[in-house]
Amino acid sequence: MDSALIPEGVKRTSFPKFFLGMAVVGAVVLWGLIAVVLIWWKGLNQTNMNDYYGFALWIWADLAVIAVGGGAFFTGLLKYIFKVDELKNIINFAVIIGVICYSSALFILAIDVGQPLRSWFIFWHANVHSMLTEVAFCLSCYFAVLVIEFIPNVLENRQLNKVSFFHHLAHNMHGVMAVFAATGAFLSFFHQGSLGGVAGVMYGRPFAFREGLLIWPWTFFLFTWSAAAFGPCFTLLVTKITEAVTGKKLVSDKTVHLLAKISGWMITTYIIAKIIDTIYWATVTVPASGFTFSHFFSNNAFYGYWILFAEIVLCGVVPGLLLIYKPTRENSNLRLLAIILGVIGVCLNRWVMVLQVMAVPVMSFDTWALYIPSWQEVATTILPVAYGIMFIALAYRYLPVFPQEKELNYPAQPVVEGE
Amino acid sequence: MFPFCFEWAWDMAHAIFFGGLWYAVGILGAGMTYVVIKSAYDTMNDSGDSHHH
Amino acid sequence: MKQENKKEHKFGMVIDLDKCTGCGSCMVSCMAENNVPFKEDESNKKDSITWMRVYKLTNGKDFPETEVVYMPRPCQHCSGKGGHGHSPCVSVCPATATDYGKDTGIVSQIYTRCFGCRYCMGACPYHARYFNWWDPKWPEGMENYLSPNVSPRMRGVVEKCSFCYHRYQLAREKAYLEEREEIEEMEYQTACTTACPAGAIVFGDLNNPEHEVTKIVKPDDHPDPRNPDVVGKSRNPKVFRLLERLGTNTKVYYLSEREWVRKAGDNYTEGEWETIKNHHGKTQISHG
Ligand code: SF4
Ligand code: SF4
Repeated sequence: MDSALIPEGVKRTSFPKFFLGMAVVGAVVLWGLIAVVLIWWKGLNQTNMNDYYGFALWIWADLAVIAVGGGAFFTGLLKYIFKVDELKNIINFAVIIGVICYSSALFILAIDVGQPLRSWFIFWHANVHSMLTEVAFCLSCYFAVLVIEFIPNVLENRQLNKVSFFHHLAHNMHGVMAVFAATGAFLSFFHQGSLGGVAGVMYGRPFAFREGLLIWPWTFFLFTWSAAAFGPCFTLLVTKITEAVTGKKLVSDKTVHLLAKISGWMITTYIIAKIIDTIYWATVTVPASGFTFSHFFSNNAFYGYWILFAEIVLCGVVPGLLLIYKPTRENSNLRLLAIILGVIGVCLNRWVMVLQVMAVPVMSFDTWALYIPSWQEVATTILPVAYGIMFIALAYRYLPVFPQEKELNYPAQPVVEGE
Repeated sequence: MFPFCFEWAWDMAHAIFFGGLWYAVGILGAGMTYVVIKSAYDTMNDSGDSHHH
Repeated sequence: MKQENKKEHKFGMVIDLDKCTGCGSCMVSCMAENNVPFKEDESNKKDSITWMRVYKLTNGKDFPETEVVYMPRPCQHCSGKGGHGHSPCVSVCPATATDYGKDTGIVSQIYTRCFGCRYCMGACPYHARYFNWWDPKWPEGMENYLSPNVSPRMRGVVEKCSFCYHRYQLAREKAYLEEREEIEEMEYQTACTTACPAGAIVFGDLNNPEHEVTKIVKPDDHPDPRNPDVVGKSRNPKVFRLLERLGTNTKVYYLSEREWVRKAGDNYTEGEWETIKNHHGKTQISHG
């Protein structure tokens, strides 16, 4: 039915089957959209946020998708600037994941603010001293970069590529991609960092506050670093899932091992920095404001030392070591375990830096505040996941995303027409 | 964002922040403009003599 | 220094917690003065708007030693680290929708500018900021009692105590018409101050040594030798501020004879209070 659009030389599932799958996921998207409409129509009272929890589930989701979407900028940086050519086999997919993550992040922000129609004030009336301003600018610009990086892949669609102008455009864009990738890396460094800064500068919140370098708290650098470290884990994880769903090998082991190795070293170095930061914070910064470290992890129903252990050891040190040690890295099960732990780890870190910050009482007579999201919040948070699945399915079906697909799946066969 | 917004100030912070920003935006804009023009040029040349590359 | 509005003020208050009975008049007067809307069900305190909120503290001891204190908490109008106007909330607002008045020390909120990102709420450790989760509503007929001097807020923006800034504006206008250069201490008083039946709240200009508030607080403009971020510490050993150690440099001071109350104003690690409390009232040179 749509065979004319399917890339040459590869097989795709039948259109009805594809359509059915999309319809199922589409239903989830619809559920999310209903919640969005409710929120825009009736306001944020549709959520369970309150004056203690001004930042809640969405902001966590926002930070989490941006962190795991960091695979796009880091892979781009390695491929185009450091000329790690092997990564050309996964860069398209990394960019697609980036586009999904960043469009989701912007979308979440649009439902999160109380006056969405005034969102442009953040640009127009920019307060350059606010970390959030930096986030907004760099996020939007970097999203533009991702779209630019994605365009050539779209133009390589079999039909579009027949148009001479598009063909040339795709070709020429590839030619200057290094410039865009460099700009993207620059913008990413700042928005990933300033997302960390958002928490780190809050000197009224000793759980979040960090000292730092010039105007940047340590969380600034830790966030950038962790996004670069764990982003590739997410890219690998989604690749793995896509391979499982399609039943095909899409990226060669060589590429996977290389990216896993880079990620492993990044995670390990990051986690060392994170441990140092935590120790310094616990022994110097926190006592200086009159708190004890234990204050943040006791006297409440949810937050205990387990979360610290899970974030740093279980989902930080462990995946880092698994990925730098060759035998475990090249064992596909252990590698999968490592990348799953890694993705959980970075999401946990963002959770802690948003929700635990809000939960901890600061005034001596204040109490812990816990909150449970409303269904509208859950639906709008799941929405990007469903949207991402649809996006990937469409891209995979109609665009030549994986350059190695042919050689890995149809070796030495004559070219087969797509179905 | 622009010097005519009233909270604008000609100070270090604004220079660094918006300097960096407009620089990045400028590169993106210039890059895309170049690519689009070059592609249009290539396309026109293609139709002129259709058998190269 | 010719005109009133050119002068640099630093408005602040001191609340005598030993006088406060917890009657809540300040809260009521504040809501009426500032057109704070009603929620149908006000039982969930975590999302109802109370610019001025009275907290109840106890010393945690069993009867008969139990003691209770009521602590009214308006926005603390933080001057930020070092007192340069970088309040926790002002410094983070991405849209410049909340500002530190260098001429008054008042932290303002521009409702039509705020787009409701709530970053400022996260940054404020005093929970002094409130979000409009609902469209503002008043019981039938009550709109007629709204104050024309204060704009009501729309859904989706943050609001907080303004130290009744409109009263300052009115006082200034009056002074201008009467060709006076200065306003009198009593010409500008916040609603809560005037409503308190116990006279627990004293409001005025901390830059003016004649004002009662300054006489009680005796603020020390030198940085605290123990923590250079802290300025304006009180020289009165009975006066303290909330979370002073964080360097927020609030302009709302509290007064109490009772040690446990003063201690409750901040966080101290084990045994630390003993050294710090002695430090109260000493201005220069650290006593280690
Ligand atoms: S008390 Fe809160 S809202 Fe008021 S100035 Fe301080 S940080 Fe801002
Ligand atoms: S909620 Fe409003 S005042 Fe607060 S930081 Fe956001 S834009 Fe600024």
